[in-house]
Amino acid sequence: MTVVYKKSGMLTDAPFHYCPGCTHGIAHKLVAEVLEEIGAEGNVVGVAPVGCAVFAYNYFNCDMQEASHGRAPAVATGIKRVRPDTVVFAYQGDGDLASIGMAEIVHAAARGEKITVIFINNAIYGMTGGQMAPTTLEGQKATTCIYGRNPEINGNPIRMCELISTLTGPTYVARAALCDPANVRKAKKMIKTAFEHQLNKKGFSFVELLSACPTNWGMTTEQAVDYVKNDMQSIYPLGVFKEE
Amino acid sequence: MKQLMKGNEAIAEAAVRGGCRAFFGYPITPQNEIPEYLSWRLYEVGGCFVQAESEVAAINMVYGAAGAGARAMTSSSSPGISLKQEGISYICCSRLPCVIVNMVRGGPGLGGIQPAQSDYFQATKGGGHGDYHMIVYGPNSVQECVDIMYDAFDVSEKYRVPVMILGDGMLGQIMEPVELPEFKDLSKLPRKAWATYGDNKGKDRQIINSLLIEPDVLERHNHLLFDTYKEIADNETMCEEYLCSDAEIVLTAYGTVARIAKSAVDILRSRGIKVGLLRPITLYPFPEKAFIKVAEQDCVKEFVCIELSMGQMIEDVKISTQMKKPVKFYGRVGGNVMTPEDIVKFVTEEDK
Ligand SMILES: Cc1ncc(C[n+]2csc(CCOP(=O)(O)OP(=O)(O)O)c2C)c(N)n1
Ligand code: SF4
Ligand SMILES: [Mg+2]
Repeated sequence: MTVVYKKSGMLTDAPFHYCPGCTHGIAHKLVAEVLEEIGAEGNVVGVAPVGCAVFAYNYFNCDMQEASHGRAPAVATGIKRVRPDTVVFAYQGDGDLASIGMAEIVHAAARGEKITVIFINNAIYGMTGGQMAPTTLEGQKATTCIYGRNPEINGNPIRMCELISTLTGPTYVARAALCDPANVRKAKKMIKTAFEHQLNKKGFSFVELLSACPTNWGMTTEQAVDYVKNDMQSIYPLGVFKEE
Repeated sequence: MKQLMKGNEAIAEAAVRGGCRAFFGYPITPQNEIPEYLSWRLYEVGGCFVQAESEVAAINMVYGAAGAGARAMTSSSSPGISLKQEGISYICCSRLPCVIVNMVRGGPGLGGIQPAQSDYFQATKGGGHGDYHMIVYGPNSVQECVDIMYDAFDVSEKYRVPVMILGDGMLGQIMEPVELPEFKDLSKLPRKAWATYGDNKGKDRQIINSLLIEPDVLERHNHLLFDTYKEIADNETMCEEYLCSDAEIVLTAYGTVARIAKSAVDILRSRGIKVGLLRPITLYPFPEKAFIKVAEQDCVKEFVCIELSMGQMIEDVKISTQMKKPVKFYGRVGGNVMTPEDIVKFVTEEDK
């Protein structure tokens, strides 16, 4: 019997706690497979965020650190500076990365820290129950903007790839969407390229993954995937924003 | 061979010799000479230095580096230390050894840039959220700064509790002759079983974490931390007693203030007044045994607690002496520093 597919060895056997239809699980799987493919096993430290992915330290089968809310890029900087030959990655949500941790992500990128950041943009605060995120779309409902995000009151969504790609330190900045198999495959390619930039000590690498949070969006899983594919992509275009 | 060094630079060099190989900090007066010195010095010994974007980032870089097994430190002054508090709380819960230097300046708010001791509560009682402590030293000279800094990583790693060196603007800026110790041999240090070096695989993998979501697990962890603090109190408490055996009045002070108080003791003694000085060197754990012992001496009539604050350490003095003798307070604030004569005047006039 030939094995055609198996779970990546870079994932533990702990069952994911994510809701049905949540794409955090897909993102974990992709990162784990890439870590395995680039031969990082036994030479990698991951940094988990505060957000729904806080338990990522239970899922990635490698040394892990759990950062305080938003500070994963600073924690990753500390690790990478004392272990320059170790693969170091941070995994962060949009509240974590684009709100409370905006300074840390921008400065880690500007310094050109040779780390890889996986950014899960689900346009909502998942863990705390659906409050508005910095990436929430105009008109999108959240528990702190119940009639939909109104730029007059709630400000405007932030496009992180566009922002990060203006800096000198990053050498790879890309955005993919976890909405169908073709796009998931593209996402994996981008994640792999990002880690290769780190392995080659090129510079800071960043992959944004448009993700679904059916629970806090109040949608079925199908509706949520459609929302990623149509609504989110119209504000957050896919592609490679910087590659050097 | 002794050499003349500024307090901040002496601490920085002692850190390097004591094994510090990573520094993360953000500029603030009056401690800038520490990051300035380490910004070039650490690269000479194969270490690393990052000027962080903020104190928040700096303490989290320390978290990452210490978690990855390195001897990492940061330094700052009062407002910056306030910003580090969330990170310190995480470091304490995750049991990461590291060193934090606070060259205290007057507050609250932006306050001033002159010496103060008004961060005593913040340093010794926890400072951030949750039940925890650091090991806190209050050195009184550049030499004592060097000696404490030199061994700080060893102590911190022994207990997996961060060390804070609580200085003041004066200690950082003053120049004094110091004897610098030899470099520690880092190759002799054991591998840290709990650290995320990145090479642990499968069931050996390590997790640096402060999320303990099960109440019983968190309760056990709280107890573990406090059992460690008890052990530290038993082994590491330090206190200096000066002319207390026949004293009627016992002055108590830490840091540079203790030196001023010592001069006041000498002046008062020369006038025939029986005064002594009790100087805590560890502020946490507080030297409770030394205080109750002196408080129980029949000759002792009262304590005078002297601080550059509105009265913070005095609370520990009252608790430790179990109020067996009255405890008076004399303090200056705002960056003002008392002279020995001010203390003499306070002691003699108060006693009329
Ligand atoms: C200092 C601090 N502030 C607030 C929180 C509460 N908090 C936990 S997760 C979170 C938002 C997470 O949202 P996001 O980063 O988008 O991750 P998601 O859950 O959507 O994956 C917040 C505000 C916290 N833990 N720490
Ligand atoms: S709340 Fe949203 S982000 Fe969190 S696990 Fe559920 S679906 Fe995923
Ligand atoms: Mg989110």
